[in-house]
Amino acid sequence: MKIDRRSFLAFVLGGAAGTALSPLPWKLTDDISIWTQNWPWTPVPPKGETTYVDSTCTLCPGGCGIRVRRVEDRVVKIEGRNDHPVSRGGICPLGAAGVQLLYSPWRVRQPLKKMDGRFVPVSWEQAIGEIAGVLRELREAGTPEAVAWIADTDRGTTAELCRRFLTVYGSPNFIRTPCAQDAWETALFLTQGQRATAGFDLERATFLLSLGSGLLEGWGTPPFVFRARGALKDNNGRFVQADARLSKTAAKADQWLPILPGSEGTLAFGLIHVLLKEGRERKPFVAAHTAGLEELKRQALQEAFSPEAVAQATGLEAKAVVELARAFAAAERPLAVCGRGAGRVPGGLQETLAVHFLNALVGSVNVEGGVIAVPEPEYIRWPEPEMDAVASKGMQTPRVDGAGSERYPHARYLLNRLPEALLQGDRPAVRVLFVSGGNPFYSLAGGERTEKALARIPLIVSFSPFLDETAAAAHYILPAPTHLERWEDVPGAAGYPKPVVGLARPVVPPRFATMPTADVVLRLARRLGGPIRAAFPWESHEACLRQTLGPAWETLRRKGFAVEEGFKPQPFETASRKFEFANADLKRLAAFRPLPAPGDPGAFKLTLVPFDTLRLTAALGAPPFLVKALESEILLKNDIRVEIHPQTARDLGLVDGADARITTPQGSARVRVYLTEGIRPGLVGMARGLGRGAHDRYLAGKGVSANRLLAAVEDPSSGLEAGWGIRARLERA
Amino acid sequence: MDQPKNKRYGMVIDLDKCTGCGACMVACMAENNIPFRDDDTDKLLSVSWMHVYRLSNGKPFPQAEECFLPRPCQHCEGEHGHSPCVSVCPATATDYDMHTGIVSQIYTRCFGCRYCMAACPYHVRQFNWWDPVWPEGMERALNPDVSVRMRGVVEKCSFCYSRYQTALNRAYVEGRRELAEEEYQTACAQACPAGAIVFGDLNNPRHRVHRIVQPDLAHGGRPRNPKAFRLLERLGTHPKVYYLTSRDWVRRAGDNEVQQS
Repeated sequence: MKIDRRSFLAFVLGGAAGTALSPLPWKLTDDISIWTQNWPWTPVPPKGETTYVDSTCTLCPGGCGIRVRRVEDRVVKIEGRNDHPVSRGGICPLGAAGVQLLYSPWRVRQPLKKMDGRFVPVSWEQAIGEIAGVLRELREAGTPEAVAWIADTDRGTTAELCRRFLTVYGSPNFIRTPCAQDAWETALFLTQGQRATAGFDLERATFLLSLGSGLLEGWGTPPFVFRARGALKDNNGRFVQADARLSKTAAKADQWLPILPGSEGTLAFGLIHVLLKEGRERKPFVAAHTAGLEELKRQALQEAFSPEAVAQATGLEAKAVVELARAFAAAERPLAVCGRGAGRVPGGLQETLAVHFLNALVGSVNVEGGVIAVPEPEYIRWPEPEMDAVASKGMQTPRVDGAGSERYPHARYLLNRLPEALLQGDRPAVRVLFVSGGNPFYSLAGGERTEKALARIPLIVSFSPFLDETAAAAHYILPAPTHLERWEDVPGAAGYPKPVVGLARPVVPPRFATMPTADVVLRLARRLGGPIRAAFPWESHEACLRQTLGPAWETLRRKGFAVEEGFKPQPFETASRKFEFANADLKRLAAFRPLPAPGDPGAFKLTLVPFDTLRLTAALGAPPFLVKALESEILLKNDIRVEIHPQTARDLGLVDGADARITTPQGSARVRVYLTEGIRPGLVGMARGLGRGAHDRYLAGKGVSANRLLAAVEDPSSGLEAGWGIRARLERA
Repeated sequence: MDQPKNKRYGMVIDLDKCTGCGACMVACMAENNIPFRDDDTDKLLSVSWMHVYRLSNGKPFPQAEECFLPRPCQHCEGEHGHSPCVSVCPATATDYDMHTGIVSQIYTRCFGCRYCMAACPYHVRQFNWWDPVWPEGMERALNPDVSVRMRGVVEKCSFCYSRYQTALNRAYVEGRRELAEEEYQTACAQACPAGAIVFGDLNNPRHRVHRIVQPDLAHGGRPRNPKAFRLLERLGTHPKVYYLTSRDWVRRAGDNEVQQS
């Protein structure tokens, strides 16, 4: 057969047409996509039976109820627990990303000891034995007070066991990490005579005034506060946010008062001034339940708190101050709250007192929709331990942080003062430091000086499950199991107005050779013997929990939480049985004075103000999902972006996204700028939570830590940390 | 037994309530095995089915306002299921399900041409430029109900279709053919601590979404609630995700257009 041009073309074209009409091309594209997509390295998650376990989240002081989804023995998801009184089904981003902490490859898998600057694995026996040896030597030398313990809570059996251990050992230096509750607890004690934490009945308030509190950025227990804000909206309530920048909270408020940073206390006194001057206080409540109003009048009716003076200090208009005071007083259930940002910095005591006085003047104390004094939980009733002579003598020594001393009589813990105390003398006052939460190497303000001070301690023991900054700087890491692998009683939920106790339970068996911190304490006590051993009659932490909770253990184990639904606040316990605007203790406090940002305004023209976001974390490192969810307005590649006003940018010759260098009296760092109209000209906003020296590769080395650029600022009335910003300079890099 | 009526699953997001916290994004990532990379800051390359946008009113300090807008797949109905992405897919990898109103994505059919990404006016579709890699141990947290995607395919929000299947299976086992409203909820709606996301069947007058939106089903589901709006309504894509706001500028931002110069 002859193949001519004609037949060739007919064959080719006919073939092409025939193939196109057949399913072959479509089948091929489909098959090709399947062949090229089934790679052996794409994981196929194994199937299995799905079960749910209820527990309590312990990643922040919130104590939300969580529902953990397991497939066989794997945890695949954490959801909110619908029947939990605090969180009612809600969950925050960190809680939802909690699985990634359990399965983080950067977990500490066994006890580690630092030798020649490197961590080497050691057995639990060896680690505990060696630490017990050092403790024994200190005791024999008669200096048990040289041991200190930093914990992120002072409640619950674990914290109480740690504190009890220090007590029978002979050291008063148990230190809780700072938070806004420090100032609130002191304010409640001084005005109401109650040892209690401040709860806020946000759900039933009808006018919410927040003085710089990041209510939607981690303040209190996020799902509870979020729900309360929704309720406020549904009830046609009003929400006013005083904030130096258009924070997420300010953006969602009914009204944003763009005040000058650091002027919240002045504004509170200004509002008191207007209330008292115009006689708008709730007279029945004030007359029946308060004392010392005359003294408050003397204090607040000064010229310095007149609307005009307050307008000057806060950057608002005098009219706005007066109108705010009137609206606040006229509301059915007004409530004022403070504690800047997520409330991780205590703030000034006088400032918190001013806010509390404001609440008292409108009758919003210990009533529906007001501030509620929530008593500390009382289920831990262990017999007083027997102390030997060394312990009694040690417990008589003043605390290393100065809390409770003549100078700071009302403070219970002053971690912010620890670095300076450590820098005194040839030998640091602390020889052994235990850290069970709080990550002070990262969280404390003060940059390198703080780090240097902490590094003077010859023996630091970290209980962190992760290789965080403090663990990296420690001499021993005795890893605790994560929040999904251990028992833990969780008393109270930050800011929640009712007493509640939750129980966290092991959802899966521990992945690694970890040990609950409480069990380490029990073992140390056994090693040290004598009265120390005798003070701890429990076999394990779990046994201690069962015995301590008694009959409540079974209900708690079944239900997961216990809440006092019909809780009524206790009557005031002051000498007058009233709420006291003035008394001898209050009189002795240093007078209110707004604290300036440290630094020379001449050399540093701008002010750096840190802010919190729920997509980053404080002590704990943010898991990968959070870093992924972080806005590009905060993190771009490996650079943190700082917020500045376009006007500030023009003055400095910067454009959006430009490289810049920020310098404060504490240090300097490279940043990129983000231009926004949501910040006052002259301010530089910087997110907290980046600039990690340790952690996983999704977080480490990204951005800079605001804490390193900030300086510690001591509140003269309490000794608490009260820094809200620092003077800064921004230059083109 | 009667055949169940067709559903039109949809969502209402109250922008007055949304706080921009990001819990919806994280819950979605955990539910749907979303991969993460060392650097996820380029949001055009970062795979995220749910993304919270930040809108501003463009006014100077201190009149500046911001609003947060969570954006899942809008599950456009178009005209009779001709949503923009479904119409252009040459591989039939994406489809409009008339029984649920959900726009599906079948990863193993997708060959990565990305026509759908170009067609989607909402930027909900993302391409896997890289193989998903989990750090050692973290693949234990993967959800077996959702297949892990591979390099070279497009993915997007499925309204947590696996949760629909699970709920339906359970109902069938219990001898039911209809799901109660709370039985099928997306991960984002379940997680939202502000209660801003409501999910349900727009065809069912008893469901909250229907009651809130009051959709005009004869006209592509246009909302009758004056507070409700849909993104780029003018395009006629008839999305099934509605937004609520009391602020005019937010509503305008939801229907913006490129200014002609």
